[in-house]
Amino acid sequence: MRAAAPAIDLVGARLELGGRAILSGITLSIGAEEFIGVLGPNGAGKTTLMRAILGLVPAAAGEIRVLGSPARRGNPAVGYMPQTRSNPAIGRISGRDFVASAAGGHRWGLPLLGAEGRREVARVLDLVDGTGLAGRPLSEISGGERQRLLLAQALLGQPRLLLLDEPLISLDPHHQHGVVALVRQLQTELGIAVLFSAHELNPLMGAMDRVLYLGSGQAAIGPVDDVITGPMLSRLYGSPIEVARFGHRIFVMAADGSEAEIGCHHHAHG
Amino acid sequence: MISLFAFDFMRHAFLASTIVAVLAGAVGAFLVLRGQTFAGHALSHVGFAGATGAVLVGVSPLTGLLAVTVLGGIGMGAMGERMQGRDVAIGLVLALSLGLGLLFLHFYTAYAAQATALLFGNVLGVDTHTLWLLLALSLLSLLALALMARPLLFASLQPELAEARGVSLRLMAVLFMIVVAVATAECAQIVGVLLVFALMVGPPATAQRLTARFGRGVLLSVLIAVAQAWGGLVLAFYTDWPVSFWITALGALAYVAAHLGQGRWRSSHP
Repeated sequence: MRAAAPAIDLVGARLELGGRAILSGITLSIGAEEFIGVLGPNGAGKTTLMRAILGLVPAAAGEIRVLGSPARRGNPAVGYMPQTRSNPAIGRISGRDFVASAAGGHRWGLPLLGAEGRREVARVLDLVDGTGLAGRPLSEISGGERQRLLLAQALLGQPRLLLLDEPLISLDPHHQHGVVALVRQLQTELGIAVLFSAHELNPLMGAMDRVLYLGSGQAAIGPVDDVITGPMLSRLYGSPIEVARFGHRIFVMAADGSEAEIGCHHHAHG
Repeated sequence: MISLFAFDFMRHAFLASTIVAVLAGAVGAFLVLRGQTFAGHALSHVGFAGATGAVLVGVSPLTGLLAVTVLGGIGMGAMGERMQGRDVAIGLVLALSLGLGLLFLHFYTAYAAQATALLFGNVLGVDTHTLWLLLALSLLSLLALALMARPLLFASLQPELAEARGVSLRLMAVLFMIVVAVATAECAQIVGVLLVFALMVGPPATAQRLTARFGRGVLLSVLIAVAQAWGGLVLAFYTDWPVSFWITALGALAYVAAHLGQGRWRSSHP
């Protein structure tokens, strides 16, 4: 273990969007080689938190430190995989061109890679076992394969912190498992920190070191057994919540029996 | 074939259409990738009012066309995402632009010839002065496009990631729309404001069918645009049918052929 600075340090951080507080008074520290699952209901601030760590949303109060220095836009040590939106216009482009567009993509000029750039693209494609996919148009590969290419893109430039925003969205259980296992393997091999946001808890069970749960503008971080409890989630949701366990799976539901809003956790995949 | 180049107006037509087709093919490749093909269409309609208004006050139509498309392009780029889903508002602005153009023509006496030239192009009437102007504008636009190509490609394929890496999405959108505006004004000289699609969208859409590599796609798009323009001129010369008709017909033919050819190629190269 190297004596690295924490990947992320939040001290009394308050994040706002359009003047409305999304998260407030958040204090937490994430280690340099931790895999953190980020959970919480829609609109709880998972994406906003990642954008704040990227320096795209300034802290309205408090401090956000990333790898030892204040969060800033364009930090090459932070890799980012945004939530995929369906964009048919780019479907005809090859996986390699798609990944390569992010290699030094912020610099002016023609998008020519050079020898070093080509090596870097080959390296990240190899890391996700995506070399075979790279020649095909994006529209002709599966959702799981596309997520692997996005992951490769996030790994360009050897980041020490990876922010993955809902990589499991619209994937079937089999591919969900594949993506989680791949991220966990890369995270351990490369010795980096990962923030992995998801709708469901169960696909991440066994892979994550700790869970960060967001809700009602607050955050709770810790081992799954400490955070995913009735009292803790009741506080984060602002209404009574019950937690039930069946083997390795965890089910979260409203105490009055309705599963709306939080029912997403009950789609358990072993 | 000797007779084809025996006339000044044919030589001018070949030169002008080549200059314009190269720019349209290159700009169009990015336009299609960004899913903004409608923007080119919209700008040309707005330009119609500018061109006819310019004639009314004694300025050349090309100057009026350029001024209005560039202003419109800056506006559209600055509006950014807010433009999306506003089809009705945009449609009304387009209709109003054509209506205004009609009104300006009503006040101008040499009505019919001017209207047809603006709406459907007048490549056989390009004088030496216009030719030089087209060349200068094309070179400037291509230079601008080459300088912004890498961040533009990045911002088009992965906007959130590009933003995190320090690319200004707004700046890219505005700069690109200025280039689109110039290309639109140039295209309108050749095929008229109603048929700008034929040179700016048809060729890149066809190219996308034939290659998944973006760089090759741009070159192919340029070649197809030039081929369409030359083919249109040759066919018009021998049939005496309008050049713009032939350019649109060749554009549609190329697109359909690429679709069919792609299917066949796929089945023989699994």
